Amino acid sequence: MISLHDVTVTYPNGVIALHPTSASFQRGKFIVLLGTSGAGKSTLLRSINGLVRPTSGDIAVEGRGSIFADRAQLRAHRRSTGMVFQQHHLIGRLTALDNVLTGRLAAHSTLRTLLPLPRADRLLALEALDRVGLADRALDRADQLSGGQQQRVGIARAMAQKPEIMLADEPVASLDPATSIKVLEDLHRICREDGITAIVSLHQVDLARQFADHIIGLSQGRIVFEGTPDRLASVTLDQIYAVERQSLAKAA
Amino acid sequence: MAGTRSYDAILAAQSRSALRGAGLVGLIVLVCVAALAATGFFDAKRFLESGPAISTLASEMVPPDFTRWRTWLRPLLDTLAMSIAGTALAVIFSLPLALLAAPNTSPHPGVYWMVRTLLAFLRSVPEIILGVLFVAAVGFGALPGVLALALHSIGMVGKFYAEAIEHVDPKPLEAARAAGATPIQVIVHAVLPQVLPQLTDVTIYRWEYHFRASAVLGIVGAGGIGFELIAALRLLNYDQVSAILLSILACVVMVDSVGAYLRKSLK
Repeated sequence: MISLHDVTVTYPNGVIALHPTSASFQRGKFIVLLGTSGAGKSTLLRSINGLVRPTSGDIAVEGRGSIFADRAQLRAHRRSTGMVFQQHHLIGRLTALDNVLTGRLAAHSTLRTLLPLPRADRLLALEALDRVGLADRALDRADQLSGGQQQRVGIARAMAQKPEIMLADEPVASLDPATSIKVLEDLHRICREDGITAIVSLHQVDLARQFADHIIGLSQGRIVFEGTPDRLASVTLDQIYAVERQSLAKAA
Repeated sequence: MAGTRSYDAILAAQSRSALRGAGLVGLIVLVCVAALAATGFFDAKRFLESGPAISTLASEMVPPDFTRWRTWLRPLLDTLAMSIAGTALAVIFSLPLALLAAPNTSPHPGVYWMVRTLLAFLRSVPEIILGVLFVAAVGFGALPGVLALALHSIGMVGKFYAEAIEHVDPKPLEAARAAGATPIQVIVHAVLPQVLPQLTDVTIYRWEYHFRASAVLGIVGAGGIGFELIAALRLLNYDQVSAILLSILACVVMVDSVGAYLRKSLK
């Protein structure tokens, strides 16, 4: 279980992205962070692996303590935390397999990774690609794959870490609706099969309803809803999206 | 919101920026003309008077005298070896320096400024001066030439490498960091794979340049074909000078085509 204790994030330009927020994420669940863009989903998600450093508050993993205790602790936490990004974050001119192997770097010493990785790691990476249906494209350059395939390579890269936690920051925001569902199905299936805790930010209510075990609704840097998808009534949806509507109306 | 008035404002701003652009181009043209005038380019009399001297020189250079070609083979090979050795040394020292001189991989802003300054200093000393210094230090031959080429090139290649590294896509770096990679792992596995084609390009270009530059370096006693060239010039054997220049040209064409081939196959 991961828990956030009064985490706040204020960016250097003074924007408060996250007001004091406490939450805990149950092991093995598929948790969706729901909200409009700018609601603080991305900030919350990125603080969970320290890509964003909280201004105050702390984040702890059960049995291991604060992830920010020291550099080694943060690296160990990141090693067991996979991340899938909105724009897949692949290196276009490398093969899909080489991109997936980036997920194996932290398992080795810096010196060891100057040489090609062991066969066991390459097999693991290939297996991860196979699980997202891309084993036959392993040696193709990443920039020759379609958007949905690139995002699957991103998932395979995170899977190659053998993670306990999977973070996904708007993983399907750049994909068409049909591909979105397929990619989320892959992510959902793999996390379920391996008992991985998944924390996924989305802005589409229907997708959240379809995949989430648990939904956390965010609006303007605060949690405004927490519960199972069936409790996500239209009243709560208004809470998640209403404030935005008001400010949009003002801007118009 | 966007009524006719704001349309006018946008278009007016566009005209102003176009006018500023035109003004800048005009200014650049003016500076170029001034520079040509300052260096005596518009002095027609000097050009007219130079006619006879140029035609005498030209007639003495034709036909080129290739009778001593056997004695030039070794110096030409030396020049080739100098260009390759100089490039290898430049690359070995440039890469680590470039990583320190790129803001996104440098460990500290202080280091960044120090290395940037060092690189600027290295490329501000012409290789011919470095050649003279190294000839004085290690004696005549190819070695001082190689050292001069390498040292000057570190300043240039290091800067180009650093600029390529500076403009990598930060997203794969973030992905590697998120997966728990160490800073060096991020550099080796997320930065370098992105810039490898540019680094290769710069390196091959630099090798081509080194061949031409090492021909010149021979003039100060740093080995290679330049040594033969300056000897022929001193003895006023202009027909041999033209033959040597043609041999250098042939080698430059050869080196450039090997460079083009490497560039294509290392993409």
